[in-house]
Amino acid sequence: MSIKQISVFLENKPGQLKAMTAALASNNIDMRALSLAETKDFGIARLIVDDVFDAVNVLKDNDFVASLTPVLAVEIPDETGGLDRLLSIFDETQVNIEYMYAFLGGKETKKACMIFRVADTKTAEARLAGKGLTILSQEDIAEL
Amino acid sequence: MERYYQESIECADREEIRAIQSEKLIAQVQNVWNNVPYYRKKMEEKGITPDDIKSVDDLHKLPFLSKNDLRECYPYGLLARPLKDCVRIQSTSGTTGKRVVAFYTQHDIDLWEDCCARAIMAAGGTDEDVCQVSYGYGLFTGGPGLNGGSHKVGCLTIPTSSGNTDRQIMFIMDLSATILCCTPSYAAYLGERMQEMGLGPDDIPLKAGIFGAEAWSEEMRHDIEKTLGIKAYDIYGLTELSGPGVSFECSAQAGMHVNEDHFIPEIIDPDTEEVLPDGEYGELVFTAVDKEAFPMIRYRTRDVCCLTHEKCSCGRTHVRMMKPKGRTDDMLIIRGVNVFPSQIETVLLNYGYPANYQIIVDRVNNTDTFEVRVEMTPEMFTDNMGEIAERQKELVEGLKSMLGIRAKVSLVAPKTIARSEGKAVRVIDNRKI
Repeated sequence: MSIKQISVFLENKPGQLKAMTAALASNNIDMRALSLAETKDFGIARLIVDDVFDAVNVLKDNDFVASLTPVLAVEIPDETGGLDRLLSIFDETQVNIEYMYAFLGGKETKKACMIFRVADTKTAEARLAGKGLTILSQEDIAEL
Repeated sequence: MERYYQESIECADREEIRAIQSEKLIAQVQNVWNNVPYYRKKMEEKGITPDDIKSVDDLHKLPFLSKNDLRECYPYGLLARPLKDCVRIQSTSGTTGKRVVAFYTQHDIDLWEDCCARAIMAAGGTDEDVCQVSYGYGLFTGGPGLNGGSHKVGCLTIPTSSGNTDRQIMFIMDLSATILCCTPSYAAYLGERMQEMGLGPDDIPLKAGIFGAEAWSEEMRHDIEKTLGIKAYDIYGLTELSGPGVSFECSAQAGMHVNEDHFIPEIIDPDTEEVLPDGEYGELVFTAVDKEAFPMIRYRTRDVCCLTHEKCSCGRTHVRMMKPKGRTDDMLIIRGVNVFPSQIETVLLNYGYPANYQIIVDRVNNTDTFEVRVEMTPEMFTDNMGEIAERQKELVEGLKSMLGIRAKVSLVAPKTIARSEGKAVRVIDNRKI
């Protein structure tokens, strides 16, 4: 199953990212992963958080424009060749990746987690699950 | 030595000018009364008939005409001649509501070109000159007006139109252009470009420039004169009245002589609508007394300006108007093009954006910069960067096709557009003119 990523519009100028993290921090939102994409004058911050509902409300209350995007969170072992083996499965199953980013997983296990944005989340999920990959749910992310 | 295109009228004594104006005004009022129901209705509402207009002294009795009237009458409502007698239209940029479409008979084209010819000769032009017209050609009046005037003077005319700076410079240098007609900001830009190419004022064959269609300062005039090694003359006009050449500067460069045998100026208090005396600033109003197709009686230009009848050292007797100081409406002139904030609003709405925007105009290196800021909304926002950039591009194109000039579109965070007392500040004009 896919999880919800929060995409936040940011102007490409000093202080914008800080304003966002300040709003989240003061409301005890815990970020699991963060990725930034930017053009010359604006950017998008992509976040994976413990509590999506709370985070969206906090951002809205602080006049940020945010939207939810379904992404796949796939767990891989944090070891050499881990990502390569995973991508070969994407390759075999003909799943095209729009963008991806990573974070190191749980506090005890030596796992990494890859976040993937694909065009057709449902199909990709079915194909990946068929190859025995562990796809994390929203609850898994919250509990990490 | 001062040169005139039509000396007998340009230097006529005041009594003679008044006599010409009176005669033409009486005929024009009769013309609109007979041929334009809209004018007739306006006059009836004011309780006057053509019999009340016995001389130019009665001008103040006539009703005003505003841009709103033009909008209401679009496109044919103010035509005073059958379409078959018209030979041309010219138009300003904008939507149906804001766009002015003006009609010309051959007589109207002739008088317009005569006015431009007077301006070119006042700038020292003769039939031995090579006149490069770098105003835009087409619907915009700049190119066609000066082109016609240049022909009437007998200059060799180079109709480069606007743009393609390197080609402009090539023609100036290769064909030894002596007179340049364009917007002052384009002249400044050409000057900079030539300087970069290592051309100093002594290398450039130009001797005079006729620059108009936008506001420019004395400092800018000096800069242009220095870089290009020319004398720079101002010219004024508007499409409603014909185009450039309604008034122009002479060698004295102390205000622009209004071609009073064609256009009678008045200055009014924009609120009380009372006519103001010489030297007082107010709204400039024009009556076009011998245009056939598109007459214009007491047309309110919205330009803030003042007049002087003092004797001019150039020998011309026509009244002078000072450079307009500003506008009584929200119209901006950016790179010579008239821009109304409401036009930008229309484009935004057409493209599905909220009408929450801000226009920022500045002048950098003598060229106007034009930025439209739009606040990002949840409806517009998507995680797909390419899609946002694509929509931004669409908006730039939409604005370009509405306004005729390119704007930089910036997407800004919500609630960042400055508001004063709850009301959004739509226009920030940082130009120091």
